[in-house]
Amino acid sequence: MWDLIAEKQMAYSDKVIDHYENPRNVGSLPKDDANVGTGLVGAPECGDVMKLQVRVNPETGVIDEAKFKTFGCGSAIASSSLATEWLKGKTVDQALAIKNTDIVNELALPPVKIHCSVLAEDAIKAAIADYQKKREETKAPEPVGAQSV
Amino acid sequence: MKLPIYMDYHATTPVDQRVLNAMLPYFTQDFGNAASRNHAFGWAAEEAVEEARKQVADLIGANPKEIIFTSGATESNNLAIKGVAEMYREKGNHIITCVIEHKAVIDTCKKLEKQGARVTYLPVQKDGRINLDDLRAALTDKTILISIMTANNEIGVLQPVAEIGAIAKEKGILFHTDAVQAAGKVPFDVNQVKADLVSISAHKMYGPKGVGALYVRRRNPRVLLAEQISGGGHERGMRSGTLNVPGIVGLGKAAAICKAEMASETERLRKLRDRLNEKFHKNLDEIYINGSMEHRLPHNLNISFAYVEGESLLMGINDVAVSSGSACTSASLEPSYVLKALGAGDDLAHSSIRFGLGRWTTDEEVEYVVEKLTNVVRRLREMSPLYEMVKEGVDLSKMQWVAH
Repeated sequence: MWDLIAEKQMAYSDKVIDHYENPRNVGSLPKDDANVGTGLVGAPECGDVMKLQVRVNPETGVIDEAKFKTFGCGSAIASSSLATEWLKGKTVDQALAIKNTDIVNELALPPVKIHCSVLAEDAIKAAIADYQKKREETKAPEPVGAQSV
Repeated sequence: MKLPIYMDYHATTPVDQRVLNAMLPYFTQDFGNAASRNHAFGWAAEEAVEEARKQVADLIGANPKEIIFTSGATESNNLAIKGVAEMYREKGNHIITCVIEHKAVIDTCKKLEKQGARVTYLPVQKDGRINLDDLRAALTDKTILISIMTANNEIGVLQPVAEIGAIAKEKGILFHTDAVQAAGKVPFDVNQVKADLVSISAHKMYGPKGVGALYVRRRNPRVLLAEQISGGGHERGMRSGTLNVPGIVGLGKAAAICKAEMASETERLRKLRDRLNEKFHKNLDEIYINGSMEHRLPHNLNISFAYVEGESLLMGINDVAVSSGSACTSASLEPSYVLKALGAGDDLAHSSIRFGLGRWTTDEEVEYVVEKLTNVVRRLREMSPLYEMVKEGVDLSKMQWVAH
């Protein structure tokens, strides 16, 4: 029976299981902080909600912290956990270049779980958009590092 | 304690060793065809089948002549509903059923609709039971059949079948009930319920898969069915096909054991189920029972662990076999239609787990499941944005969600 359980769990890649069991960067950042962008995507009645937050260093324009909380299946948890790992150390523009297909490939998600990766990409974009909106509202000058070439 | 733990007895049950022992001779030495009337091999098989017919009849207070053996409850439901629709076509074409019936009933009704029948699917109340006034209001002079299950397979809720039977009788309408989850588990008597047709399955009561029965009333009224499988006129012409003798023997033995042990088994399982429920409530906040606790099978518990998604829960308890109403565990990507029908919201359907206790469930297993599940729920809530928001006082129902 354990062989079968192991085999069925292969439907989840080792990487998905690893992120599910040891999620990276679970938690929350202060959402009123001017340097923090928050993205909240999905809907409870659809079975997935992701909250993804980034803190951008105002000096360098680089994301120095990323946190997530996710309500969803193992693949949704893994997608958001992976996203926070990737975001750290990236500039805002580099972050916006992350595609859901990158997540699908890295986690070997099956077709029925592709929507989890789409949601993670949406969460990244929403978090960055929130950060950018705050910057505009406070009219702070764009940090030099943010304008990656 | 042996792992993994099986706590999904509504899906199926293991065959009781006593049932298996009763069946074994009928595979080899007593292998005869029950329809062979002219030699001892046939007589032995026929005798065994008639004994089983009596055992099944005894379980539900019926006459043995009223038991038709089938390949299982899906066939029994098909035969009952299609058989009545075809036989009583002249009398009417309206069938009343309910939105939380098993797919074997719903899909059968859908098929009949395509062929011109009219079907009313009664809603259920928040507790999972139909409203008898809705039933009365749905009756027309064209109604020929009411098909309402005795106990639901997901939430274990018992429908008011005796009241439904009384209404049907008063109006001269046939009453079919899918009693798969209830038969052998709680007292069920065809005359007390005034049922005309009753579906039963062996594998839900510690018998083998691939065999079931349909009770067909012979008196007051004498129910007629149009056969759905032709070829030889077995089973009073209602269900042709060589009888599955070992399976039927197994069904009979399973029914006899259930009848003999029902009182003590029910008592034991109710205590275990209640302990499971109490401990979850002691350990965790924001958990909700789906369906009536009062009108419920003693061995069923269906709980939504709010703000945690069902599949991620199951992933954390891979040594416990339970099932979830979450969309992610089904191919359709739709959460359980039964839980949706209760009107508690799709989010709670996504968070639901069904526990089905049974003959070999132990105290130790209940303790293990509580501990294990509590830990996983706590861990997942730590990473649930919904749980966090609720704790901050956010009303989730007032949020603008960006659905995708």
